[in-house]
Amino acid sequence: MFKYFEPSKIFSITSKAPKYVLFLFIIFISIGLTEALILSPEDYKQSHSVRIMYVHVPAAWITLGIFSSMTFLSIIGYIFKIRNFFLISKSLAPSGFVFIIIALVTGSIWGKPTWGTWWAWDARITSMLILALFYLMYLLVWRLYENEDKIFKITALITLLGIINVPIIKYSVDWWNTLHQPASINILSKSTIHSSMLLPLAIMTAAFALFSLLIFLMKYNTELIKIKNKGLDRL
Amino acid sequence: MINEILFMDGYGFYVWSSFAFTLLSFFSLFVITKIQYVREKKKFIVKFGNLKSDKASFAKSQSINKQILSNTSGF
Repeated sequence: MFKYFEPSKIFSITSKAPKYVLFLFIIFISIGLTEALILSPEDYKQSHSVRIMYVHVPAAWITLGIFSSMTFLSIIGYIFKIRNFFLISKSLAPSGFVFIIIALVTGSIWGKPTWGTWWAWDARITSMLILALFYLMYLLVWRLYENEDKIFKITALITLLGIINVPIIKYSVDWWNTLHQPASINILSKSTIHSSMLLPLAIMTAAFALFSLLIFLMKYNTELIKIKNKGLDRL
Repeated sequence: MINEILFMDGYGFYVWSSFAFTLLSFFSLFVITKIQYVREKKKFIVKFGNLKSDKASFAKSQSINKQILSNTSGF
């Protein structure tokens, strides 16, 4: 099954896909921004500041999704010795890191009018900051080390340790008394968010997901060309 | 109408700075990734051009090398 993940087979798709993904992203982000900034209603309690949710929440969701994918790929890649899985994981990391920075910064901006402070060491915010540090460590390992076996081992370990933090982030608002509000959207039970706000949130989430896919494809193509560059040196 | 969108009952600064930061981060990441891609591809084309004909034809026999050379989409 893993032969389908060979770079030469994937490159024929990944080299053509970005232009279509970029086109879709522009459509989704244009509609999403119009909905989020103009058409969606203000909140009865938070007034217009609720609009920050449309960038803060998708960024947080996607960064958690990316880190979980990176963990899965790194561990499977380490067990079955699939180099390409590490390459995919490495290509996912930059967008994951940028999304966690966006989640932290927009959360901080949202905190000022809502809680009266830019920052609080509460469980949700602190656990998100810890995840950002895991992302940073992961990216630094790829920059600092040259031995691939060592990189694979260390990055697998970083993602394995970092993934412990993901359920803590998710349930921190239920386990501890925090400033952060509990989840408004639940898959298993009824969501407490109105459909007029759910629609822009869904569109913005799709736009953010498309952007992370675009960056992943561009980064992955770069990594493959880098490998081929080294291959030409050996000829 | 314009004033309402801009000032948002006093929340305009918070809302607009959040969206501006997000879009600026997107733009920066896109530009950095694109520069890295273009740099790596240029390096590949130069190296490929410097190969002797027998090595070049061997390298071209690998489909991925052919795809890199023929991909003109800029991604």
